[in-house]
Amino acid sequence: MKRFLPFLTAAAALAAVALSLMPPPQRGAFHLAAFGRIPVVAEGRTKPLDTVARATLLVCSGRQQAVTAAGAEIGPEQWLLDTLFRHAIADSYPVFRIDNPEVLATLGLEARDGLGGVRFSFLQFAGNFAELERQAQMAEEVDASQRSAFQRGALELAEHVQAYVQLKFGLTGRMPRGPWTEVSDRPIDYTPLTAAWQNQDPEAFNRWVALRLAQAAQDDPLAVRKSRWEARFNAAEPFYTSMLLYVGAFLFAALSWLTWPESLRRSSIVLLAFAFVLATGGIAARMWLEGRPPVTNLYSSALFVGWAAVALCLVLERIHRSAVPAAAGSLIGFGTLIIAHHLALSGDTMEMMRAVLDSNFWLSTHVVTVTLGYAATFLAGFVAAVALLRSVLSRRPDQAADDAAARMVYGIVCFATLFSFIGTVLGGIWADQSWGRFWGWDPKENGALMIVVWNAIILHCRWGGLIRQRGLLTMAVFGNVVTAWSWFGTNMLGVGLHSYGFTASAFHGLVAFVLAQLAIMALAALPPRRPQPA
Amino acid sequence: MPPSVRQALRAVSSLRLTVALLSLGLLMIFAATLDQVNLGVWGVQQKYFHSFLVWGRVRGIALTVPVFPGGYLLGGLLIVNLVAAHFARFRLTAAKAGIWLTHVGLILLLVGEGVSGALQRDSQMRLNVGQTSRYSESFRDYELAITDPSDPRFDRVTSIPARQLALAKPIHSPALPFAVQTVAYFPNVRPAAGRGENDADVPAAELQFRGPQGVIGTAMVSAELAEPQSLSWKGRTWQVELRSARYYRPFRLSLLRFTHDVYPGSDIPKNFASTVRVVSDDGRDDRRVVISMNRPFRYRGLAIYQAGYANDDHTSVLEVVHNPAWPVPYLSCGLIGAGLVAQFGLQLAKFGRRSRRKS
Repeated sequence: MKRFLPFLTAAAALAAVALSLMPPPQRGAFHLAAFGRIPVVAEGRTKPLDTVARATLLVCSGRQQAVTAAGAEIGPEQWLLDTLFRHAIADSYPVFRIDNPEVLATLGLEARDGLGGVRFSFLQFAGNFAELERQAQMAEEVDASQRSAFQRGALELAEHVQAYVQLKFGLTGRMPRGPWTEVSDRPIDYTPLTAAWQNQDPEAFNRWVALRLAQAAQDDPLAVRKSRWEARFNAAEPFYTSMLLYVGAFLFAALSWLTWPESLRRSSIVLLAFAFVLATGGIAARMWLEGRPPVTNLYSSALFVGWAAVALCLVLERIHRSAVPAAAGSLIGFGTLIIAHHLALSGDTMEMMRAVLDSNFWLSTHVVTVTLGYAATFLAGFVAAVALLRSVLSRRPDQAADDAAARMVYGIVCFATLFSFIGTVLGGIWADQSWGRFWGWDPKENGALMIVVWNAIILHCRWGGLIRQRGLLTMAVFGNVVTAWSWFGTNMLGVGLHSYGFTASAFHGLVAFVLAQLAIMALAALPPRRPQPA
Repeated sequence: MPPSVRQALRAVSSLRLTVALLSLGLLMIFAATLDQVNLGVWGVQQKYFHSFLVWGRVRGIALTVPVFPGGYLLGGLLIVNLVAAHFARFRLTAAKAGIWLTHVGLILLLVGEGVSGALQRDSQMRLNVGQTSRYSESFRDYELAITDPSDPRFDRVTSIPARQLALAKPIHSPALPFAVQTVAYFPNVRPAAGRGENDADVPAAELQFRGPQGVIGTAMVSAELAEPQSLSWKGRTWQVELRSARYYRPFRLSLLRFTHDVYPGSDIPKNFASTVRVVSDDGRDDRRVVISMNRPFRYRGLAIYQAGYANDDHTSVLEVVHNPAWPVPYLSCGLIGAGLVAQFGLQLAKFGRRSRRKS
């Protein structure tokens, strides 16, 4: 068993990954998956209807699936079709997530009325919708930073309902703008589809969908090809699978310090490698679909930070066979995917680039290097944290392991300094090229500079002999705090040029993360255990 | 070298000082980032980075005291520390070449930033489609313009910087038959100013105009007023106006076309572009140029950027930047990048050799 565990793990991971990549089987007589592949243009981007459905569902309910009033799970295509053509049924689906108790009270609802206490159907609050609109309007008048939790909740829900209504009536011509435009000028008649779906006539439905796809393939073959792949990509959810693999990799790595060190370590690396390959595929697919470098927004920066950190870990694990890099890498991989999941709740993650950002040259140089700097600084911090915790919590002090960890962290800090410096400076050069100043002390610029300065402080402390192994590790853990501030904290200030992706609820997460790092640093400051007399 | 000098040099060049300065810098950057919520970017630049000391108000006393070293002081000390370190500790050897390159680049970067801070002048040019202009306007500086339109061929304009009005001393100009005296000067008469990116102060002043026999007229001027006021004396009339300070250029720009592209089916901006005609006074240039996002037009020591738009896409706002130190960051970045690569590459190679020996 001990010898075969890595192979068994590999076989199981391979099977799981292969299964996740298979196209989902068709349920029922309707070709729903084919409907989901129809390309349309929404928010400036050509995308499959599947993405339109999933993005709206994610925004409204926080999930990519819907649930019927009877409690049966339905896919995004079916939800979209009901929303478009069977309003009474769609209105009964509990797809609106409402967390705020005061908003619930305004709507005359109680938490126990909702699915899981948080999801409600439009029907449940339609009677009080006018009051919600009034509250949202009042909230709109208030400056964004001054709004109360109730006002934010009311405004958010009103926006979600608006997105829903936009879909619901978009094709009826009763709205100023449809939910999407077509990929070509060919006029599209949705009446047969409406009738087919309303009468639940699979034959007519499938005929319309096949014809529509054939027309689209004639008008814009590339759009159809990309849409097909994007719908497949959406259904495969590669990042979700890699998230699970990271959990397994971390558990194996942590167990390897207790028993079966080499076998469990290898198994951990196997899972890490699978997760890495999957994440690479996912990022590559996004790059091809968007025609962009890997990092274009906060969401993709989270994917990329995790990806780069895991790549470095796999290299480090070949040099230092201690499972410390594997544990750190799987933690970062998992954490960044969780962050990405929460960021995806704000809608389509492949949004078009605003004018000032529309430059593949700078996105692929400045943004990629600075994100690599984040990844390396986090990696140094996580490797240091894992090594510190292991050293503090283990019964026997292991000087050799501590030395090896310190050497590793020193190496990563050098790498991080290089990339964060070059990335920061390239950002300055982009700023000079695009609005005439190299450096303007904007919050995001300051954040990037703080990472560079902190890494420089660590290196100079080390060179000056002001710190030894323990000190180096502790300072590297603080690098996590500096990087988290730069990555997210600066966006929360709501000022400056980079204040995109303002996420108020992320604030608590950031505070918890910072406190955890400080706790690890405090733990490291405890006097080391004396060697137990044999 | 006498021992006392050597000791001082050792202290000034020490790594401890480097670490202390970098740590203070880190704290200052953090504080300045937080303070942007209150002061805006420009206010923070002045208070923290472009100053020797950061001044703060002590609660209870109406007194401002220095609370922290400012950017110039920290940057200056860092340069002294670096230079001293190279005299005292480093020798120029191949093994240290990376560190030398990095540090020289860093000094250049710090000096360049200081020079930019002192010399960079930003202004803007607002052009309606079809309009021609030969000057750009300051964001923050104002001037009192007294225009004599009596000559049909041209206007004779006398401009007085608002700073000078603030001194409240009589101002004489050979071009004017009267003196200008400030009765009251208000640096900012708009409420709730100072927040946000470019919310500059808007001054106003009460002025008296004095001839040889005494006061000949008064005016209340403000940069918010759209129309100039007139002053008549001895059969002549002048227009009096407090306006953004103007920088006249040796060329004219005419806005031929402005485009504001959005992605189909959305309001997301895809590109902004101004097609302008540039005609130089010396007659060497008369051509069309397209200025768009991320594509500035560098011309005669100036860089002209697409900064914004107004007036339902009929007005293009161009930013005109004069910064003689602009190439410095490019150079210093090259140096530092090369230096870091050399230094860390060397260490990596050493590490590789050692681990190979071990195994």
